Amino acid sequence: MNATTTDFWATPGGWVLLTVGQVLAVTIWVLLSLAFLLLADRKIWAGVQMRKGPNVVGPFGLLQSFADFIKFVLKEVVIPAGADKAVFLLAPLISFVLAFGAWAVIPLAPGWVVADINVGILYLFAISSLGVYGIIMGGWASNSKYPFLGSLRSAAQMVSYEVSIGFVIITVILLAGSMNLGTIVEKQAGGFWNWNVLGGGGGLPGLVGALVMIPMTVIFFISALAETNRPPFDLPEAESELVAGYQVEYSSTPYLLFMIGEYSNIVLMCAMITVLFFGGWHAPFPTDFTSAWSPTAASFFHFMWFFGKVIFFFFMFAMVKAIVPRYRYDQLMRLGWKVFLPASLVAVCVMAGWLVYGRGPIG
Amino acid sequence: MALQAIAFYVMAAVTVIAGFCVVSARNPVHSVLWLILTFFSAAGLFVLMGAEFLAMLLVVVYVGAVAVLFLFVVMMLDVDFAALRQGFAQYMPLGLLIAVFLAAEMVLVASTVATKGAAAHNDTPMASGFGMDAPNAEAIGRVLYTDYVYFFQASGLVLLVAMIGAIVLTLRHKPGVRRQVVMDQVLRSPKTGMKIANPKPGEGIGE
Repeated sequence: MNATTTDFWATPGGWVLLTVGQVLAVTIWVLLSLAFLLLADRKIWAGVQMRKGPNVVGPFGLLQSFADFIKFVLKEVVIPAGADKAVFLLAPLISFVLAFGAWAVIPLAPGWVVADINVGILYLFAISSLGVYGIIMGGWASNSKYPFLGSLRSAAQMVSYEVSIGFVIITVILLAGSMNLGTIVEKQAGGFWNWNVLGGGGGLPGLVGALVMIPMTVIFFISALAETNRPPFDLPEAESELVAGYQVEYSSTPYLLFMIGEYSNIVLMCAMITVLFFGGWHAPFPTDFTSAWSPTAASFFHFMWFFGKVIFFFFMFAMVKAIVPRYRYDQLMRLGWKVFLPASLVAVCVMAGWLVYGRGPIG
Repeated sequence: MALQAIAFYVMAAVTVIAGFCVVSARNPVHSVLWLILTFFSAAGLFVLMGAEFLAMLLVVVYVGAVAVLFLFVVMMLDVDFAALRQGFAQYMPLGLLIAVFLAAEMVLVASTVATKGAAAHNDTPMASGFGMDAPNAEAIGRVLYTDYVYFFQASGLVLLVAMIGAIVLTLRHKPGVRRQVVMDQVLRSPKTGMKIANPKPGEGIGE
């Protein structure tokens, strides 16, 4: 809970104001980005299928997400008669709040982070493991069979893939020697050859790390797809068999909260891939020249790199959605438990052994 | 600091109230949800004490994994509420006895800490060997993998045995079940998976 404090904001009241301001800034930035990323998702999907996608509201359909927002908010909230009302309304709120709470520890640029906590990476992992509650509660509270089946599927899927995500994260922690996301990003400075995906630098012998980290990055990406219920792992929705899974009974604003939470989680996963493997806010080349700039300009420069990488990975997510057919449920479980889990476990052992007997840990 | 005091009282109150609701809630699923809230606010209290690593582990392990499975089981079970409440009066004295014992133990521990002062317990490496700035993950790791490494490994072995036991108890191979051989499915080529027949009119393939 020790957020970054500037000197003149050290008083309790000022600290609260500053933190609230930072939280608002990050939330608004994420929400605004989401509005356009959602549109981008639909446009990319449409592009692959040689359609035009949303193109009516605003130039090139740029305002489509805002129109959707107004449509969702203005509609009536329908609560099924047999539903558990409190839990039913709580579920989308939990999804939404957790999806945004996780952004608190993501370092957006040098020093641009709401909460610079030492266990930032664990915090992210904890928050993403809580995300399952929104779905499971929504499915149960709807008091209907399809949502319940969908939520059970989804919970099993998310719990399964969390395990391999956890092990992949451990390899990154081992490599960086820290659980602070800021430190993890700092260690990847100086060019793309120092990024964790290529073994975190260390010259030619460091390339042994790349042999472990490149597959780990791929595993993380695929697990992120499963964790966020994106195609090809969108079995919780499975509109062909379960209608739409856990969110069948949801309408208007509660549904909107679920959807925004889902997309915020997707962007969060893109940010996590960026931070953990692809150097966070570092440019892919040495940026010593920014030391002559003003700190704000340099931060903004780095922020643009971070943002660009996040958008790139979101593009990858969108392309996967457009191209890859849906998995069968047993194949999904097999992939998670019999392929990714052993592979990432072996990677943790190899990485630990290599750090102790090979390269030696970073001091 | 005033902020920390406010945070403490809010989270402590939430913990106690949620804990009370766990036992008083009529719906078992609500009980589990209250339990999750209890875990979560307890994790918040850990953070206030500076044990952020333990707090995160509490959330990841208990809230993120154990409670999910718990919720799973409770949701799937068809709990008979009437039968549940039947035995309440019968087990009341025993429950009260256990509650009194627990309360007495807690008072004993608290009074020991209060009379000797928390400083008397500062001989742990977490408090002495590292400054307040030392990441407590590192502090715990050092203690766990040096002084208590055998206990740590032994507890790991116990968990492994429990896991294998659970698998042995539940895994059964029924004869006659057609299992999927994924390798065969993957290696299937158009040559082995497809047969081109050229049936004459009115004859069919005849298979």
